[in-house]
Formats: sequence, C-alpha cells, structure tokens
Amino acid sequence: MEALNGKSVFGGIAIGKIRILSKGDRIVKREKIADTAAEISRFEAASEIAKQQLGALYEKALREVGEVNAMIFEVHQMMLEDPDYVEAITHMIAGQSVNAEFAVASAGDNFSEMFAAMDDDYMKARAADVKDISNRVVAILQGRHDGSVLGEEQVIVVADDLAPSETVQLDKSKVLAFVTRHGSTNSHTAILARTMNIPAMIGVNYADDMDGKLAIVDGYNGIFYVDPELQVVHDFEAKQQEEADKIRLLQELKGKEDVTIDGKHIHLYANIGNVADVAAVLQNDATGIGLFRSEFLYLGTDTYPTEEEQFLAYKTVVQNMAGKKVIIRTLDIGADKQVDYFELPKEDNPAMGYRAIRICLKQPEIFKTQLRAIYRASYYGNIAVMYPMIISVDEVCRIKQIVEEVKTELDEQGIKYGDVEQGIMIETPAAVMISDLLAKEVDFFSIGTNDLTQYTLAIDRQNSRLDDIYDAHHEAVLRMIRMVIENGHKENCWVGICGELGADLALTETFLKMGIDELSVSPGYVLRLREIIRNTDISK
Amino acid sequence: MKEFIYTIKDAQGIHARPAGMLVKLAAGFESKVTIEKDGREVDAKRIMGVMSLGVKQGSVVTMKADGADEDTAIVQLEEFMNNNL
Repeated sequence: MEALNGKSVFGGIAIGKIRILSKGDRIVKREKIADTAAEISRFEAASEIAKQQLGALYEKALREVGEVNAMIFEVHQMMLEDPDYVEAITHMIAGQSVNAEFAVASAGDNFSEMFAAMDDDYMKARAADVKDISNRVVAILQGRHDGSVLGEEQVIVVADDLAPSETVQLDKSKVLAFVTRHGSTNSHTAILARTMNIPAMIGVNYADDMDGKLAIVDGYNGIFYVDPELQVVHDFEAKQQEEADKIRLLQELKGKEDVTIDGKHIHLYANIGNVADVAAVLQNDATGIGLFRSEFLYLGTDTYPTEEEQFLAYKTVVQNMAGKKVIIRTLDIGADKQVDYFELPKEDNPAMGYRAIRICLKQPEIFKTQLRAIYRASYYGNIAVMYPMIISVDEVCRIKQIVEEVKTELDEQGIKYGDVEQGIMIETPAAVMISDLLAKEVDFFSIGTNDLTQYTLAIDRQNSRLDDIYDAHHEAVLRMIRMVIENGHKENCWVGICGELGADLALTETFLKMGIDELSVSPGYVLRLREIIRNTDISK
Repeated sequence: MKEFIYTIKDAQGIHARPAGMLVKLAAGFESKVTIEKDGREVDAKRIMGVMSLGVKQGSVVTMKADGADEDTAIVQLEEFMNNNL
C-alpha cells in the first residue's frame, strides 16, 4: 500500500479503481502557410465551433451545478471572442505565415503565462482557463474529438490537472472522486467537485503506472491510498457506511420533533465546549444546548477571564441559538482540569478535592463575575444555569443567595437580564440520596453520569488498570438515575442526563421509560437519538 | 469624457465572473470604456485585458467612458461596480 498526501478540496470517502486521464500530449507543429487568409478563416471556423461547444457545456453545467458555476463557460466564450486574443492569433498567422494550430497554441501559452505570473491565486487559476480554450480550438483544428470518455465502471478520476470543461463533460455517475496533481482549491474543478458533492483532492503526486489499481480517497484527511490492504479497505467501507447513515439520518430526521410514539416530548440537546461548537449543534439539529462547559474561558489563558469576555462568549452562543435553550454549567475547574493562575495546591485526590462549586463558594468573587456575565447574556436569549458537584442543600442555598446578590447589583446598575432557570448537576451519590430535598430548591437536575459512576463505583476514571471492572451499565448507577428522576418529578423538577451515558444508544429506551425529560449529547449523536426516541413507546 | 474612481470591496476582486459581466455591460455602449489601475489602462470591452489588471479587494480603479452615450454609460458602470464589486 502507498499513502500519498494531498490537499482535500471536498471531504468524503471514495473507494474504487484508478482511471488516469492523460491529455495525450498536445503536439502542435509549426508549419509554413502560403495562403494566410485561408488559414485565418480556418481559425475563425474552429473558434466558432468551440463557442458552440462552450454554449452546450454552459447549458449542461447550468443544469448540473447552477448558474454561478456555469458562468465560467460564458467567460470562456468571451475569452475566445476577446479581440486581444483573436488579434494575437490572426496577426501571428498573417505576419509569420504560420499554421492556425501553432498560432492558437502560442497565444494560449502567452496569455496563460501572463495570468500565471500574477501574484493572486485566483488569477493564476485563470491561466488554466486560457490553456483550456486554446486546447479546445487546437483540437478542433486538428480534427480530434475532445472529451474524456469513461467506461461502464465507476472510477476515481486521476489527472495531471482537469480543465473545467473536462470536469463538466465527464459522466458524473461514473466518477467516484477527483484526484489531480496540480490545480488549486480555487480552481473550477474544485468548486464543481464541491457543488456536485464528489470527494476531491489536489496536489497528489501519483505515478502513471497506477492506472487500474484499487485506491481510496480519504477526502477528510487528504490522503490517497493506492493498493490498500484489505483491512484498510474494510475500515474505510465502515466509515463510508457511517457517512451514508449520517446523511440518511439528516434527510429523514432533520426538523422532526423529538417525541415518542405515545406522545412524550423529549428535550434533545447537545453538549458544547466552546463558542465554535454551536455550528455543529445547529447542523445536527439539536433543539438546545444542554451542557455548555464554561471551562474553555478559563483554560489556555494565564489570568482570570473578565466579565466582558465571558459575557461576549455567552451572548454569541445564545444569539446563534436564536431563542433555543442554552444551559451553562458554571466553572468546573479542579480534578483533571487544572489552571495555573488558580494556584490550587497539589492534592493527593483531586477528584474528591477542591474543585467546581467548592471553589466558587470559597472564592465568591470568581463566581460572581461568571454569574454577572451569564445574567447579562440572558437578556439576549433563553439561558439556564447549572452548578456542578453539589452535595448538600446548604450549598444550593448559598448559591441562591449569591445569585440574589448578583441580581440586586444588576438591578441597581439598571442592567437588564432575563429569567434564568436554575439547575444543579447530579453527579455525587450524596446528591442522589437527597435529590428529594434538592428538588424543592431548583428547577431542574442534570445527571452527570461520568462522575456519578466514578464516585458510585469508587473507580478512578483515569486509572486504566480498572477499565475491566468499570461497568457503565452498573445496576447501582441505573437505580440512582431512576431515583433522581422520580424524586425530581415529585417536585416538578425536570430531569436530564448530560454525561456520556446519555449518548449510550443501548440505554436510551431504558431512560425514556424511567421518565427522563432531557438528553444532552455530543452533536454527532443527536439524530441517532432522535431516531430511537421517535421509535420508542414508553407505555409498553 | 466622464469618469469615476472606485475602490473594490469584493473579497475576490474582479475575478472571472464579474469580469465577464463587466465586459458584457461595457460592450453594450458605443463609447470607448476603459478601466485603469496603477497607471495601466485597458479596454473594458476586452476580458483578457480586464482580468490581466489583477484587480483585488482594496484596489483603486478609474473607469472612463468617452463617446456619444458616455452619460448613460458612466451611470450604469458605477451602478454595476457598486452592486457587484
């Protein structure tokens, strides 16, 4: 197997045989012509045919890839008609008594060199356009038929470079992918490939003897595998299947409600770790954000984030979510997430140490800055807040007191804020056992199954030696989840899961039957969960 | 002769598509239409010339129309630049 690197211009995976398209070296001989007027007429006639061909290509491209992309063929027609180009050719024929083929090829080379010399990538790509139109006219003059004919089998089209006209002429149903040695991400082939959803790579230094060999185009990572081992083929087939499933899910389930067969509405939300993740949330059609980890604001800097920085990040997210719920989890630093400027002393057992809400209640100035930012952002959308690592009712009461202080301050300063739903993470066995009491104090519970499992089973998540006894489906954990849901519901407190277990498709039906109200998972899982929710009947 | 100065706002500058549209528009006028950048002036009715200017975002160009319909030409050209570039 050979793995060649290149630049991907359109993601996707293709597996198939290589078909190398060679241009059949354009051989143009310089010949002496006696009747230059007749030669000019020959050129004009060929140019006319070329324009007609381009007109037909324009129509084809218009149907296949739309007006914006088809426009290039109209521009090609204009280039053919351009007096500078035409005169360069006719003057050469008349002045040097050369054959039309040679004059066209020379003019094509001269103009394309002019574009190629420009310092702009987009304009450099125009050099290929000029070459393309000149080649077309030369081919007509020589009586050659252009167009690259593919056989019956679907193939990966490999070429030195593909002119836009060549790309459009190919029978797309036979093309699995495009791979070229040259070309740019701005080239029309790249643009067309993207429009037609065909994986494409450029800058791949293939060998000419690869024709007919089996290959894989990994358009996600920009790798071209030639003669792959069977195992690699299987791996990529699996990935391809996964992609196909994803597209099917999107087509079938995007915009559909998250409701069970017997009519229970579930809030299907996504987890995010920074502002940029919102794109994936919207793409996968989650109806809200069930866990917005705020740590990214604190990690990777050497000082505490200001209220303004936090406010802007939260505001951007809620505005992009346009009225959909965004649940922000307050600072969860400590344990496996350490930040230098917090100056936390080294602990023997950080998972049970000074972390999360414990820091916030001991150092309320850090907490208040974050709360002020959250409340200010709440004016711009639908924000909820939840507090991590709760073990007692007293903690919740102290939090509520600080929240009241923050609201009073904002009121005094005339700063507006919205209604902010108050929730807590249930991730300690203590919180589970007193969930009946905690439910009286808050609007919702969100079960953090990762920590809850580690604390319940007394298994350190970071210790790989314990992996074999770490049972994510342990009955103790499942009973705890059931207990939290029941206790929550008694006090009109809705209950969700935002840990990894929420995305465990084998448990979705179990959770739904327990009465879960919300599931918040990585964006990529949203539609798969939606599929299960819509096919589950809780009453049975 | 009428003229105006324009600063290109489009991120890609006068690339193939707008160049084609500009040439098409210019060709419809009887007047001589030119576009100039950094002292180089080309016929706006010729696409190779227009593209060879390498006009990018931020480039300052001067467009001139000279002839019988220069008044209409300059108005339409300016409108085109404003809408497309």
